[in-house]
Amino acid sequence: MAKMIEVRFHGRGGQGAKTAAQLLAETALGGGMYIQAFPEYGPERSGAPMRAYTRISDKPINLHSGVTSPGIVVVIDPTIMDTVDVAEGLGDEGILIVNTEEKPEAIRQKTKFNKGKVFTVNATQISLDTLGRPMPNTPMLGALIKATGIIKVKDLEEKLKKKFLKKIGEKGVKGNIDAIERAHKEAKSG
Amino acid sequence: MKDKLALTGNEAVAHAMRQINPDVVAAYPITPQTEIVMAFSQFVADGVVDTETIPVESEHSAMSACVGASASGARTMTATCSQGLALMWEIVYIASSLRLPIVMPVVNRALSAPINIHCDHSDSMGARDSGWIQMYCESGQEAYESTLLAVRIAEDENILLPVMVCLDGFITSHAVERIELLEDKVVKGWIGEKKTRYSLLDVDNAVTYGPLDLQDYYFEHKRQEAEAMRKAYSVIPGIVNKFQKIIGKKYDYLEKYKMDGANLAVLALGSTCGTAKTTVDRLRAKGIKAGMVKLRFFRPFPAKELVDALSKAKAVAILDRSDTFSNRGGPAFNEIRSAFYEKKDKPFVVNYIYGLGGRDINVEDIEKVYTDLGKILKQKKVGTLVNYLGVRE
Repeated sequence: MAKMIEVRFHGRGGQGAKTAAQLLAETALGGGMYIQAFPEYGPERSGAPMRAYTRISDKPINLHSGVTSPGIVVVIDPTIMDTVDVAEGLGDEGILIVNTEEKPEAIRQKTKFNKGKVFTVNATQISLDTLGRPMPNTPMLGALIKATGIIKVKDLEEKLKKKFLKKIGEKGVKGNIDAIERAHKEAKSG
Repeated sequence: MKDKLALTGNEAVAHAMRQINPDVVAAYPITPQTEIVMAFSQFVADGVVDTETIPVESEHSAMSACVGASASGARTMTATCSQGLALMWEIVYIASSLRLPIVMPVVNRALSAPINIHCDHSDSMGARDSGWIQMYCESGQEAYESTLLAVRIAEDENILLPVMVCLDGFITSHAVERIELLEDKVVKGWIGEKKTRYSLLDVDNAVTYGPLDLQDYYFEHKRQEAEAMRKAYSVIPGIVNKFQKIIGKKYDYLEKYKMDGANLAVLALGSTCGTAKTTVDRLRAKGIKAGMVKLRFFRPFPAKELVDALSKAKAVAILDRSDTFSNRGGPAFNEIRSAFYEKKDKPFVVNYIYGLGGRDINVEDIEKVYTDLGKILKQKKVGTLVNYLGVRE
């Protein structure tokens, strides 16, 4: 069987988890991979906890079920950890990436995830600095690249530009690119 | 060179419609309409197609407008799902009885009550006896290609029947996948110019569509409608062969996956087929002789192909994503089991109803079905004929 990467994003409706899942998939597609990206609850409701998924493989992807044992989990909204077991299904090699001002050790305690790797980055603060508003989804992709290397920063930035230049303008694109690069630099593992 | 894009199933179908450039698209513009019509409307607004769109006040009117447009000779499309198809009902039958080659993508979603917006096949399966051809798609790529194939099938002068292209709600319609589009000019060449034999607008050769037709001729017309579906069954393989030359894939009535030497087989429709293929791969790696069959066309019903494909297996499970509430299992199960009636050495055939209202079905669920089939084979008898998979009881 082809090795397939499965990513689960946790966020709240309106925080861009679906967009992050899609952007990751589209960047991988640009590198010649087969991809899937889908939100769990279809049209998301603003503020409600939601999940979005990305699958990436070098072979066509047949699987059409939800992702239950992801290799990578990205938590865009840290408050979700109070009510949702974000580490559910993560295996021994699993990677948990959390948007938080706390250190990886604190996240390990909170989530009781003692395997694999934990990465933390204050993506909300980064987006406030670079975009002037809390949009942690793109910096979280910067942290994901640091943690996994499944795509390249340069490819992500190019895809972002191509996809969103019309919608958010040059300034918006630059803010996002700065956020991705800063998160890539600042993400800490433990 | 094919274009590789990241598209949702809805967007992929909208691109097929853009390339088809139909004369008329009549559709109800709000919920439960799909994003297919939203994306297509953007193409209309951008001027990349010259389709006349008719936004109507209900699905009943959408199909009525499609009937009028198609009878006048226009290449006509619409899209719907769930309650929308239910509201269209009356006119759905009229479209097929008048032999109008309308192509309608149907995003499969549950019917009320209770209210649910997620995937099952209750909507289109309810319309299985309406005289429409029905195709079920495993992925966004298949939904795109099936839509292109559907135009040629519908408009073939030996068929002239409307076609539903069914894709799974959310699972396929809202998932972004890698989609490879054909070049616009290739599609244009494939679908060709629409030919109309009896146009309502041809005043020099005036015709009447759908007049009163009582005991004297109604039965003969219905008999002809039945004959049209039989004709479709014999004509479709030829169209599929021509399509294969363009896309390099064969859209047979069935797709058989690792059925060579398979003792245990699962049959499904739609996106579940992909998950079942992954299950088969896992079981084969463990040395279990598992295979699966995808039913692509439910109408015309390919009875012979199904019996040929499944009769070498010893135990077969039919997965239905809808119930008939008849007390005897789902629609695919009933028809497939019936198709085996004349066969002497037939496999055990059991039914699993699953995934209603979008309940997820994963590899472990389907593995359980194969485990059950193994038990049936061992005990040489079927325990429960109709099973519910993944439900709390």
